[in-house]
Amino acid sequence: MATAVTTAPTPDTTHRTASLPVRAGLGLKPEHVHEILDTRPDIGFFEVHAENYMGDGGAPHRALAEIVSRYPLSLHGVGLSIGAARPLDPGHLARLRRLIERYRPQSFSEHLAWSTHDTGFLNDLMPLPYTQETLARVARHVDEVQQATGCRMLLENPSTYVLFEDSTIDEIDFLDAVAERSGCGLLLDVNNVMVSAVNHRLDPFAYIDRFPLDRVGEIHLAGYDETVDGAGDRLLIDAHGSAVRADVFDLYLHTIGRSGPLPTLVEWDNDVPSLAVLLAEANRVDAALADESARRGAPLRLRA
Amino acid sequence: MNLAVNSTMSPAQDHATREAAFAAALLDPALPMPAGLTTARGRPDPLRFAVYRNNVAVGLIRALEARFPVVEKLVGADFFKAMARAFIRTEQPATPLIFAYGDGFADFIAGFQPAASVPYLADVARLEALWTRAYHAADRAPLGIAALAAVAPEELALLRLVAHPAAALVRSAFPVGSIWQAHQGDTVATPASVAAETVLVARPDLAVTVTVLPQEDAAFAATLLAGATVGDAAEAALEANPAFDFGPAIVGLFALGAFTALETPDGASDD
Repeated sequence: MATAVTTAPTPDTTHRTASLPVRAGLGLKPEHVHEILDTRPDIGFFEVHAENYMGDGGAPHRALAEIVSRYPLSLHGVGLSIGAARPLDPGHLARLRRLIERYRPQSFSEHLAWSTHDTGFLNDLMPLPYTQETLARVARHVDEVQQATGCRMLLENPSTYVLFEDSTIDEIDFLDAVAERSGCGLLLDVNNVMVSAVNHRLDPFAYIDRFPLDRVGEIHLAGYDETVDGAGDRLLIDAHGSAVRADVFDLYLHTIGRSGPLPTLVEWDNDVPSLAVLLAEANRVDAALADESARRGAPLRLRA
Repeated sequence: MNLAVNSTMSPAQDHATREAAFAAALLDPALPMPAGLTTARGRPDPLRFAVYRNNVAVGLIRALEARFPVVEKLVGADFFKAMARAFIRTEQPATPLIFAYGDGFADFIAGFQPAASVPYLADVARLEALWTRAYHAADRAPLGIAALAAVAPEELALLRLVAHPAAALVRSAFPVGSIWQAHQGDTVATPASVAAETVLVARPDLAVTVTVLPQEDAAFAATLLAGATVGDAAEAALEANPAFDFGPAIVGLFALGAFTALETPDGASDD
């Protein structure tokens, strides 16, 4: 029964881990809502993009209220533009606060990226240089978000296709410093690690080994696409339109081998398959989490 | 003027300036890749910047495809993409609420020369924009006709009706409602009408409704939803069309969930 794993409704703002259950979660797709409510699949949690539920009323809110009454919820923002040079949008912060007050998600997360400029919202996650200046600004923005929403947030590592000549700080050190200064947790997107590592000729396993895993409250998994760049090098694209690739799943096993089991979301946002296909992906993750728990001689739900 | 100040641009300005250049180049493929970007090989690669350009274009075009599916059916996927690509350079989403993107698309289509041979296209876009607006509108119980019975006859003409948050009209010189309806299935049906139509989009509960109003009620509905008194709306309707019949017109609009409250002349409201 899915409700058996429901945890405390208010995120713990003092503890380093989020209160999502240590299970596989799925992105909630509108086309699957009826089937989910009819069949009540045993899924650890559902995640939604906050902005899709910022309308005033109607079917989206009706559906989300039904889901939240049965499953834990992870709220994942794509529009705060935390990495931008410009100040955060107070109107958007207020919408976010209302949404969090209404649905009491077990976790709220956002991206180390920017997405809004003078001309408007770009609907994609743009990279930023890592410098003392941007570090101070991102830490301040994260602090503002946490003050405005009253909950501790998780900040997600990006997938990137370019580097900045004037970056002076390593990405992991940057994320660690933001977490240290603001008190936020981190969301570790293992697919993003693979995408960025391949794109920037780094070792993805070494990235995981250096990552501050004790700050991680949630893991994301997704499928990437592949092309080549102007130099003929492999270029991975963070596409979210397929199953988790084998190398990313291996990297995930390596990650939880080091961190221990963590709440893990499977993202599949484009060319969305049937619910059965998503459930099979979630089962694969749940099995990996159970194996890791067994290896550690601890019951799976201990940390939830 | 102190030149030294200009030469030591603060990092914050520098970041903001670079971000502006990045954003401008995303939206205008004619601009070169912004300076300061590199790769692990130490060489800037425009193909890599093109990934961001493509993501932005594809994401915004997809948002328009989702909101304007009948417009896309009417002109075909390739034409729609080209039209959307032109639009996204003139207008980006005002907020991260991507479902609300495209409020200006209908006006853009009206002035988009290559689409001039499909004169009803802009009005179909207006209807589809209102459909999404209604879908996300605030939940409000529609006002029942019984509320009207409680109003004294001498006050009826001075009454104003508050439009339901989901309710809005498209007044078109074309059979916009029939065209929209004909494109709801997998196959295209023959539009039921060739005459001008006024369409009411509403959402009494969860389901959005699209209704072609009787043509003689069009001026009445438009005037009433714009906030005029019942008396002024009826007068406007009779002027526009002598066949206007007040009873069926008002009962019909109430039944469709067009209103959420009424305001009596003394300023009191009742919902």
